[in-house]
Amino acid sequence: MFGKLTLSDIPYNDPIIMGAVVSASLAGLAIIILITYLKKWSYLWHEWLTSVDHKRIGVMYIILALVMMLRGFADAIMMRGQQAMAAGADHGYLTPHHYDQIFGSHGTIMIIFVAMPFVIGLMNLVIPHQIGARDLAFPVLNSVSFWLTVAGAGLIMISLGVGEFTNAGWFGIAPLFEKTYNPGVGVDYWMWAFQIAGVGSLLSGVNFLVTIVKMRAPGMTFMKMPLFTWTTLTTNVLMILSFPVITGALFLLTLDRYLGMHFFTNDMGGNMMMWNNLFWMWGHPEVYIVILPSFGVFSEVVATFSKKKLFGYVSLVWATAAIMILSFTVWLHHFFTMGNTVNVNIFFGVATMLIAIPTGVKVYDWLFTMYRGRITFTTPMYWVLGFLTIFVIGGMTGVLMAIPPADFVVHNSLFLIAHFHNMLIPGALFGYFAGFAYWFPKVFGFKLDEKWGKRAFWGWAIGFLVAFMPLYVLGFMGMPRRMAHYDTMAWQPWLIAAAVGALIIGLGVLSQGMQIYVSIRDRKKNADLTGDSWGDGRTLEWLSSSPPPVYNFAIIPKVDELDEFWAMKENGTAYQQPAEYHDIHMPKNVMRGPIIGGLVLAFGFAMVWYIWWLAIASIIGVIVTVIVGSSHDDEEYIIPAAEVKRIEDERFAQLAAAMEEKKNN
Amino acid sequence: MMKKNRYKFLMGVVLLLATVFLSSCSNMVVLDSKGPIGNEEAFLIKIAFVLMLIVVLPVFVMVIWFSVRYRASNEKATYKPNWAHSTKIEWVIWMVPIAIVAALSYLTWVKTHELDPYKPLDSDVKPIRIEVVSTDWNWLFIYPDYNIAVVNHLVFPVNTPLNFKLTSASVMTSFFIPQLGSQIYVMAGMQTKLHLLADHEGTYLGQNIEYSGNGYETMHFDAVATSQDAFEDWVEKAKQSPDQMSLATFKEFSEPNTNFPVTTYSSVAPKLFNHIMMQFMGWMGGSDHEMKMMNDMDDMHHMHSTQDTMKMHEEHGSMTMPSDSGHVHTKTMEDK
Repeated sequence: MFGKLTLSDIPYNDPIIMGAVVSASLAGLAIIILITYLKKWSYLWHEWLTSVDHKRIGVMYIILALVMMLRGFADAIMMRGQQAMAAGADHGYLTPHHYDQIFGSHGTIMIIFVAMPFVIGLMNLVIPHQIGARDLAFPVLNSVSFWLTVAGAGLIMISLGVGEFTNAGWFGIAPLFEKTYNPGVGVDYWMWAFQIAGVGSLLSGVNFLVTIVKMRAPGMTFMKMPLFTWTTLTTNVLMILSFPVITGALFLLTLDRYLGMHFFTNDMGGNMMMWNNLFWMWGHPEVYIVILPSFGVFSEVVATFSKKKLFGYVSLVWATAAIMILSFTVWLHHFFTMGNTVNVNIFFGVATMLIAIPTGVKVYDWLFTMYRGRITFTTPMYWVLGFLTIFVIGGMTGVLMAIPPADFVVHNSLFLIAHFHNMLIPGALFGYFAGFAYWFPKVFGFKLDEKWGKRAFWGWAIGFLVAFMPLYVLGFMGMPRRMAHYDTMAWQPWLIAAAVGALIIGLGVLSQGMQIYVSIRDRKKNADLTGDSWGDGRTLEWLSSSPPPVYNFAIIPKVDELDEFWAMKENGTAYQQPAEYHDIHMPKNVMRGPIIGGLVLAFGFAMVWYIWWLAIASIIGVIVTVIVGSSHDDEEYIIPAAEVKRIEDERFAQLAAAMEEKKNN
Repeated sequence: MMKKNRYKFLMGVVLLLATVFLSSCSNMVVLDSKGPIGNEEAFLIKIAFVLMLIVVLPVFVMVIWFSVRYRASNEKATYKPNWAHSTKIEWVIWMVPIAIVAALSYLTWVKTHELDPYKPLDSDVKPIRIEVVSTDWNWLFIYPDYNIAVVNHLVFPVNTPLNFKLTSASVMTSFFIPQLGSQIYVMAGMQTKLHLLADHEGTYLGQNIEYSGNGYETMHFDAVATSQDAFEDWVEKAKQSPDQMSLATFKEFSEPNTNFPVTTYSSVAPKLFNHIMMQFMGWMGGSDHEMKMMNDMDDMHHMHSTQDTMKMHEEHGSMTMPSDSGHVHTKTMEDK
């Protein structure tokens, strides 16, 4: 009935795990009680969970990312705590087996369940607005993508309390993840969570690519697309080309683990080196999948808050495209030390360095955007400045590791850990936070609190430096990554410093929590009544009201300029009410998303525990849901022209009042 | 006022870190190499670092300068809201990184060839061969020239080239002595190679630097570079050891365990290293025949690369050896 699953698989005798499980369950229970008490289930189901509105799905993606970030951050604190303690005679508070699961879950969660949902969430919130569209090309597919990601995240959360998680790292270490060396369910949890979320991401990539290519407002040629749209476009190309590789690789691993095949085993002709190649053929483009959208955010933010056109737009577009292509030619730099022939290493080393060129160009383009501007130092701008300063250090260490013989002495050491966090925290995460603060008023109609936003920035920026600069030093001191315990006492002071740094980042995270609380409390005071939340918006998303109506644009704008909204304001054509409105067709909410998500979660769980009947039942359920759902013809509803007019009249009245007030101030 | 204090605080942190950093330079073993390979690699790190400062330092300067100069409250500064292109600036920001990357690429070309871990070192001294086997979770070092072996402890004479052949009896590991230079992956059913040399006597940290399961963090050992005389004494002593590394001893030793005590063995089962590799190749059939092949291959020339186990699979059956260089079967090879 329950496959391999027995009561003894629940680690109830481990106080640390149980503490986490109990606190997570209590938090979940509290939310459920609160919703029931407020009688909000119906609202939640009809307005959010089954919604196909890209704005709602975007918000849900970002909530998912922020919740999972707390989990990933808790993992980080535990690792830093363990390494600060576990020197010499002291073995810290975690067993190696526990510690080894934590670094795997930290990496998997941060990449697959924080970075990806945050990126896709921002795309959802912004892209249709930026290109003057009313929704995505495939709104239902968008909902399905989201719920697949939730299903993957759910599977990882379940692994916390039922069974175990992988001890073979977030990228899978062949042949350590094979059944011979890892008979438990940890690897299976990792594999299925990754696989399910990966399919969701692939579908998102298809959705956004089609949306951007096919649904831009009339007049918006490719070279008039805002830069965030450009980076999203390239990211989607990367997703579509790279995710099938990891899907395939994980499928081969599934065959190994479930049917005793030998793709990555030691014996019977298996080849562990093939896993490294396949994984990083996805893994390296993945780095750019999470980082390029951030580059897009930085481009938007720096232009807006410098009150100036983006410097070198054409250069930035070409640099983005160059990075997109080059990102497929560098995967081997993740294993220069595997005994490759010299010329292979040189090829991939030089290809890697080439990426530094367009990236360097971008940094200078952003700097020259500030040059001769009028810079206002808002929270999003803080994130940009922090990014520019800290990111280049990571770029420097990256080029350093692209030189194979230099990599031979720092590979797999904490230097590497410092390097990629130096790319992903300032490069990707700071960008998400900048985008979050920048577009928040557009989505919710009020700005985030600046004071707490800046405190959060300082926590993250200073915390980052204190936490990760020591890791560079430790790399030079020869300290390997993933040590549950060490005997070299000279490492300890640096690891204590790193732990302090993690706590400072914690202050940043707390400030972000405070920021959201304070902002909701003061929402009236910080309300954005014009829709142009920052007053200096340049692109189309600032044209509509905040929050925008469900149809985004009553009339699809015509685009003549790169910074269309800025040009409209200059020409005085920004806020003109048309003589008449038309009916608008919008997609209806559907239940397929959450139903498929739920069934796939059941499928993943069943596969992990060998509960075959449930696996078969749930997969049949998915197929039936898709078939039944596809045979509905009645997928749209109409917003009558009169209703559109009513909404728009209200909006323009509010706008006029806001403009008036602004003038008086 | 608030802002001033923040900068002061930041400066303080930076200065403090710089002080600690400088004072612990002696612990930065990677940059304080005791061998020519490591020295070259440390030099590469330093030169690449300096070259890249050409791009990076202006970023620091410009972030601060532009932020201060073009802050909204500074009405005196020029404001050009539509200025967004300058061919001159574009040339500079593309060409400078291109030039630097070109220089680094040249350096990469030369140094990657020079520091190929598979390349034997130039030396008048006869190299010592050492066969390395990683297990869950210990290291076995076999000295075929002396027919001795030692566990979790590596002894070698100074100024003598060390020719390592490495294989794993279990999962993938990476063999690394930070103070001597290059690491190399260690994989089951395959052989990788590494060439190192110590030019200072001393005891250095050696370790596995590729995560390999629950006992991974215990996989470190002392790598001791001694004088030639001391090394010979050590070999003599090892030969007196009552312990012998037979196939049975190895089987027991390679069972998953941690912190196996440092032990020397006065003899080693013949071709133990190849035997360990062959464990994972039984699927090819006729292991006796394979064994012989492996042994023969040891004496062959022009073999390279771990990349090509697949080749071996394809050729399974006829087992003909490719005659020219490049990718040959498994894991063997001597130098070109």
